[in-house]
Amino acid sequence: MTSTLLYTVLILSLLGGVLAVVLYFIAQNFKVQEDPRIDQVLEVLPGANCGGCGFAGCRVFVETFINNPNRTDLFCPVGGNQAMQLAAKVLGREAREQVPKVAVVRCNGSCEVRPKINEYDGSPSCAVVADLYAGERACSYGCLGLGDCVQACMFDALVIDPVTCLPVVDEEKCTSCGACVTACPKNLMELRPKGPKNRRIYVACSNKDRGALARKACPVGCIGCGLCVKACPFDAITLTDNLAYIDPDKCRLCRKCVAVCPTQCILEINFPPKKQDTAHE
Amino acid sequence: MSKTFSIGGIHPNDSKFSKDQAIEDLPIPKRVFLPMNQHLGMPSVPVVKKGDRVKVGQKVADPAGFVSAPVHASVSGTVTEVALYPDFQGKRVTTIVIETEGDEWLESIDRTQQVKQEITIVPEETFRKITEMGIVGLGGAAFPTHVKLTPIEGMAPEYLILNGSECEPFLTSDYRLMIEHGQEILIGAELMRRVLGTNVNGIIGIEENKPLAIQAMKKITANYLQWKVVPLKKRYPQGGEKQLIDALLQRKVASFALPISTGAIVQNVGTAFAVYEAVQKGKPLISNVLTVTGSDLSVQENYRFRVGTPIQDILEAAGALDKDGKLLSHFVKVVNGGPMMGKAVVNLQAPVVKSSSGLLLLTEKETKRREPGECIRCAKCFQACPMRLQPYLLYQLALAGRTEELDEHRVFDCIECGCCLYTCPARIPLLDQIRLAKNALLKNKRKK
Repeated sequence: MTSTLLYTVLILSLLGGVLAVVLYFIAQNFKVQEDPRIDQVLEVLPGANCGGCGFAGCRVFVETFINNPNRTDLFCPVGGNQAMQLAAKVLGREAREQVPKVAVVRCNGSCEVRPKINEYDGSPSCAVVADLYAGERACSYGCLGLGDCVQACMFDALVIDPVTCLPVVDEEKCTSCGACVTACPKNLMELRPKGPKNRRIYVACSNKDRGALARKACPVGCIGCGLCVKACPFDAITLTDNLAYIDPDKCRLCRKCVAVCPTQCILEINFPPKKQDTAHE
Repeated sequence: MSKTFSIGGIHPNDSKFSKDQAIEDLPIPKRVFLPMNQHLGMPSVPVVKKGDRVKVGQKVADPAGFVSAPVHASVSGTVTEVALYPDFQGKRVTTIVIETEGDEWLESIDRTQQVKQEITIVPEETFRKITEMGIVGLGGAAFPTHVKLTPIEGMAPEYLILNGSECEPFLTSDYRLMIEHGQEILIGAELMRRVLGTNVNGIIGIEENKPLAIQAMKKITANYLQWKVVPLKKRYPQGGEKQLIDALLQRKVASFALPISTGAIVQNVGTAFAVYEAVQKGKPLISNVLTVTGSDLSVQENYRFRVGTPIQDILEAAGALDKDGKLLSHFVKVVNGGPMMGKAVVNLQAPVVKSSSGLLLLTEKETKRREPGECIRCAKCFQACPMRLQPYLLYQLALAGRTEELDEHRVFDCIECGCCLYTCPARIPLLDQIRLAKNALLKNKRKK
């Protein structure tokens, strides 16, 4: 009886000891050589795994970042310049600055100005609606209001405003990862530079119809009149397919276009109020 | 024992309330809108411009390739505009607008009612006429008919199947056409059969809920040796091309294969009628028959309409509009097509097109979808799917965006018949997501 016990314990401990030695050698010989800097860099990055950098995950991004010191396009939009500086410091490199960006909604047609012309009661998803037909509201280019962008946002930076039925971007939370840009089936989201003092100007409309049709569909849409193009002293505004676009690199924030736009579809953000009614949210 | 297809299917109430209404001619509309995408394939190219005067039957748009079809003026008058107009779903389509003046037809069109029975024309000429007269499949998909009749190497046609099943509930346009114009349909079908080859056999499949149509067609086929009528059990989606081939010939069309690979070509009875008119009478596809119906029995009509008539005009003629031109208050939704595959109309100013088969008026109770519940894997959708897909799985893969697996599970086989959605006890919007995933995948594939 005692001998059986004894043997069992002996054999098992022996077996354990031998296998431990074997495992030790295997671990030594087949060790995966990994750059220790990967973990160090990962530590200073936010690690949201959002894919905003264009890579499958943070780790892949860091590996590429370490191995390609000359590539200028590698940037973690979530961490921003601060995180990239820390990462560059770990690697002993010069950090490349990028202009911080923020998502903007290129549609201004709230539910008040753009009433429903039909009732949709299918799956509550913008993608399904866009696949099926032109949408509940008059303008077929505008926001569908079912919040695919809100669902796509990992940082809680988007909410659908219950009053306007349009998504609102929280500038503090938005990391410009671009998830909403891909999610929006109407291609309404755009990443634009935050601008000096967070001030920026953009065309809040995506309607490509002729003026009369656009006007009929939505009173605050771009009608392609071209007044802003003429008013702009810096050649920053172009008109393609009856839709104005302000080049953020050329725009000097003079706000002349905002003043001339007959439909008020050019929005100015975070400017001190000139008059009572120019402050836009 | 009547035949039917072997996989899946459902039995919705057939609700053919308008079946005893004879086909009436709609008054000529004041204005017609002719969209350029009335068929599957490349949109047609307008050949008229603003200010041009056109006669009925005159060509106003050229086909833009092989898989495309010309468009003809359905009224006589002046072209007032060639511009983008929203279609019944609000999507913008290049449209030719013609303001009607009188009713002047091209001289080449034979407008007599007499049935021209003898076939004097050679098959090559028939084929040319079908191509030139803009004939498209009137079963719903509007696939250009000449493409289907073009021989494919290594695939010899053995059967020409005439689809008279009209499995969509409510719709009765094909049924009325068979009863009133059976002879013409058969001449049209015979013309197509001769294009395919003299040794091809003709089968007409008609569901059993249309005994009068079966009787009428049987009487006429007595004079045509190569044609026979086969009654089919009532079951949806019997009229699907692949289902009909399975029902009549017990042959299965493989994934991504054309129906012709089984030796069968399916044409709708409406298409056969259009072919008769085009070849024997020289009349292009400028009119078709459509049903205006609904569970409210006050509006039940079968109309012959001119292509491009605004939906509003048709509803007005049917008495579904009030004095101000608004839909009567107890109707909340108009569906273009049948209840299973039809799409809701959001723009009543939009026109009906070549392949329109019905306008369905739905009441509040019929339109509201109830809140979806949770999937309990009861597999009802799997049982109902006529393509033996797993809708619940496709739905979940689509939600998760797992596109490669969707492809593995044959999402492209989905014929969007809606059986899964109809049968789901949890009212999960299965088809919504599957269709979305399918279209997204297709776009991706085209990019590559």
